[in-house]
Amino acid sequence: MFTLTETWYLVLAALIFSIGAVGLLVRRNVLVMFMCVELMLNAVNLTFVSFSTALDDLGGQTAVFFVLVVAAAEVVVGLGIIVAIMRRRQSADVDDISLMRG
Amino acid sequence: MTAVWLIPALPLLGFVTLVVLGRKFGDPGAGIFAACMVGLSFLGTLGVFAHLLSLPHEERAISQTLFTWISSGSFKVSIGFLADPLSITMCLFITGIGALIHIYSVGYMKGDPKFSKFFVYLNLFVASMLLLVLGDNLLLTFLGWEGVGACSYLLISFWFTDPKNASAGKKAFVTNRVGDFGFMLATFLVWVTLGTVNYEQIRPLAPGLAAGTATAIALLFFLGATGKSAQLPLFVWLPDAMAGPTPVSALIHAATMVTAGVYLLTRLSPIMAEAGWANDVVAWVGALTALVAACAAIAQNDIKKVLAYSTVSQLGYMFLAVGTQSYVAAVFHMITHASFKALLFLGSGSVIHAMAHEQDMRKYGNLRKYLPITYATFMVGWLAIAGIPPLSGFWSKDEILAGVFNAKTFGNLALWVIGMAVALLTAFYMTRQVIMTFFGEEKWRHAEVDAHGHELHADEEDAVDDHDHHHLTPDHTPHESPISMTLPLVVLAGAAAVAGLLNLPFGDPLKFLEHWLEPTIVGEHELPPGWVQALLSLAAVAVAVIGILGARAVYFQKKVDPAKIEKPVFAHAWYIDETYAKFMGGPGETAFEDVAQFDQKIVDGAVNGIAGGTVGLGNRLKGLQTGLVRTYGLGMAIGAVALLAYVVTRIGG
Amino acid sequence: MRVEMFTFLLAGAICLGGALGVVLLKNPVHNALSLVATLFGVAVLFVNQGAYFLAAIQVIVYAGAIVILFLFVIMLLGVDRETDEGREPLVAQRPLAVATGLAILGLSLVALLSAGQRATGDKADLAPLNQPGPDINHLAEVLFTRYVYAFEITAVLLTVAVVGAVVLSKRTNEPLIDLDEFPEGTVVDVRRRADDAKAQDEVDADAEVVAVPDTEGDPQEGGDD
Repeated sequence: MFTLTETWYLVLAALIFSIGAVGLLVRRNVLVMFMCVELMLNAVNLTFVSFSTALDDLGGQTAVFFVLVVAAAEVVVGLGIIVAIMRRRQSADVDDISLMRG
Repeated sequence: MTAVWLIPALPLLGFVTLVVLGRKFGDPGAGIFAACMVGLSFLGTLGVFAHLLSLPHEERAISQTLFTWISSGSFKVSIGFLADPLSITMCLFITGIGALIHIYSVGYMKGDPKFSKFFVYLNLFVASMLLLVLGDNLLLTFLGWEGVGACSYLLISFWFTDPKNASAGKKAFVTNRVGDFGFMLATFLVWVTLGTVNYEQIRPLAPGLAAGTATAIALLFFLGATGKSAQLPLFVWLPDAMAGPTPVSALIHAATMVTAGVYLLTRLSPIMAEAGWANDVVAWVGALTALVAACAAIAQNDIKKVLAYSTVSQLGYMFLAVGTQSYVAAVFHMITHASFKALLFLGSGSVIHAMAHEQDMRKYGNLRKYLPITYATFMVGWLAIAGIPPLSGFWSKDEILAGVFNAKTFGNLALWVIGMAVALLTAFYMTRQVIMTFFGEEKWRHAEVDAHGHELHADEEDAVDDHDHHHLTPDHTPHESPISMTLPLVVLAGAAAVAGLLNLPFGDPLKFLEHWLEPTIVGEHELPPGWVQALLSLAAVAVAVIGILGARAVYFQKKVDPAKIEKPVFAHAWYIDETYAKFMGGPGETAFEDVAQFDQKIVDGAVNGIAGGTVGLGNRLKGLQTGLVRTYGLGMAIGAVALLAYVVTRIGG
Repeated sequence: MRVEMFTFLLAGAICLGGALGVVLLKNPVHNALSLVATLFGVAVLFVNQGAYFLAAIQVIVYAGAIVILFLFVIMLLGVDRETDEGREPLVAQRPLAVATGLAILGLSLVALLSAGQRATGDKADLAPLNQPGPDINHLAEVLFTRYVYAFEITAVLLTVAVVGAVVLSKRTNEPLIDLDEFPEGTVVDVRRRADDAKAQDEVDADAEVVAVPDTEGDPQEGGDD
């Protein structure tokens, strides 16, 4: 029972992912929401590496590499948007940005 | 000489030029210019005709495509002209008689304030008519069909200051629309079933039509034809159309436009050949129209109305011929009728012109003394239409009746009897007209016949006042018309006399028209053997003579009171018009109002309801669009859960 | 084996603690620091599984660059104080969010623990892990051969992202929104005007004069900075 299999890693990743998802939906601070997205991405990365190890294949690690790059790009653009919005609004509350309401 | 497009283009050029410069040309410049354009078009037609004659018999068709008009998916229509024996025959008499009528109009319309406008319309009409017959597809024919309808409307209500003329124009237009509806439906049906509206492509495809479809197409086209060619039940507009200037009546309502229906069915003879009982319908409608109109003609007092009903009656003959597959006879009669009816109309115009625009025949009499040329030419027209050999009307009418006698049509002998009766009536009413106009006393000199003549026939109120200046005084002296009016009369009289030579029934070599039209027309009919034909001809001549003598006895020798023959029911054309008026004014109007209500409430309601419902739904649903990122995120998360749940259950299964 | 188990438990605890910190702490700076903890834990787990290169860039890129960027923005915008998120304005957002999270977790666990075979199916044969030499060599070999197009496209993506970030954070003097369409300005403007009016009312209450707030006052007030 106490052998370390990939299932342990996957369960941990599922936990982190769920926490990130809940945080994304609950928090109103745009920056914190972004951090939650990073949490979810990391959880996914963890699963990739776990499967890579379990299946003895380099593909999973390659995927992690690309996820890292995309996450970096996403953070750059996302933080740029946040800076632009916050400069005009003096508010980090995502609920204030609702011009698209029907 | 293959510039077929020039034929309709020249009158069109005349139309455009006159629209712009008509007033500058003035009176009579505009008229002469218009006449020249139609004359040139006639010369062009002659050129094409000569070219066709030089070709081998079976190849006599020039197809000329100018450019693509409509191209939508597989639906392609081009502006193209088809010059084959049938269309060129039509063109010959359209441009020939059209040119004569243009010349005549120069004299007739002299001094009219809208002189140049008249020729604008006239040229446009000729162009449309040529488009109708030369178009190589149904859509182009329809364009011409509508064009002549519009011109007819414009010309009938030419003197539109009189509300009577304006409403006559409207009546013609509306009645024709009913027929056009049939034309359009038929065209759609042809497109759907055959995939083309081009005549040359229809021809080989037509035998593949299902009998029911062909019958439907034929009946719908015939509905269109009944409108344009004034057949039962849509003939009512033609007598009223006499409100227009007399040259218009001659050109449009006798010689050309009204024959469009006959042309259409002849052109579509490949479809008619498959149409089964639709041919019987055509024949019977034609025969009944001929009878009804001929009865109406004997009781009219307006000189032009007699001719109008006579036209309806003669067109009935043509449809009778079409319905019995005797297309050659129909076209033959179309040609002869065009010449003698144009002659009669122009002659009556000359009379009207001489009598200070009085059209009531009861105020005429003994005019042969004053109008010698008109009288002489009118005599030719009279004998031609009455069917006295060797004038043209005899030969064509005889061929129709011989064809009917031997046709396989339902009740062909009854049709033949009706045809003979109509021949009798034709001779009768034409003789009546001639006697009332040219013989007897000079009735306008009697003071007791007042300007409106109400005391003669209390029910007679429809004498159409042609012009607003209308003062026929007892000391009026009629005078012969100017040369521009008499010259066309003489030419037409010559044509009416000899047109019968086109298709003499004495052996095959003399049937020029039949050979000429053979490549165009699909349809077989057999004429009875020679001796039967001779007997039939004798009978027809006998009937015509009886009609003439009868009319002479009544109106010249006055042995019988005319009132006994001129029943009110005839004067009112069997009250068909009145019935329409009553129906349309009463139940018809309510029905149409119901339809309008239905349209507004149900049809429009459905459209507006859908739109309103969508707006309402949108207003409800827009609440979902909160603009809040976290709401959207929650939605995505719930969707992800749903997907995950689906995957998990699949794995578990 | 025991060492690896121990490392996993320790790093896993750090990861979970960090994750919970990100979600539950109120100060954005604390959130960012908790995120660093999680990222470190994940890096350790990468090492634990032999992905040394990934562990390195995890620390360098994530902890070293991204989290620093977060902190930078926080400091730049001056939002490094505790935010009050006690009152949830959206009805049922929190319970639904927690329920959704639990559902994701539960379903994932069901899938992981109940599946008789691996969810990903059979072994892919890109390249085996256990080759002689450092793993960065093998990774580079795959990246520059089989995934060369994807690699180049991510390079383009990074360039575009940099340009986008520059454009986005450029200062402009144009109003943020079309004031013809939203004459009231943004939500913030409306809220601020309401607060101003409230404050004005309190001032006027003493003089027993009810002042009508000039709502049309200056719609651009909140639009500019």
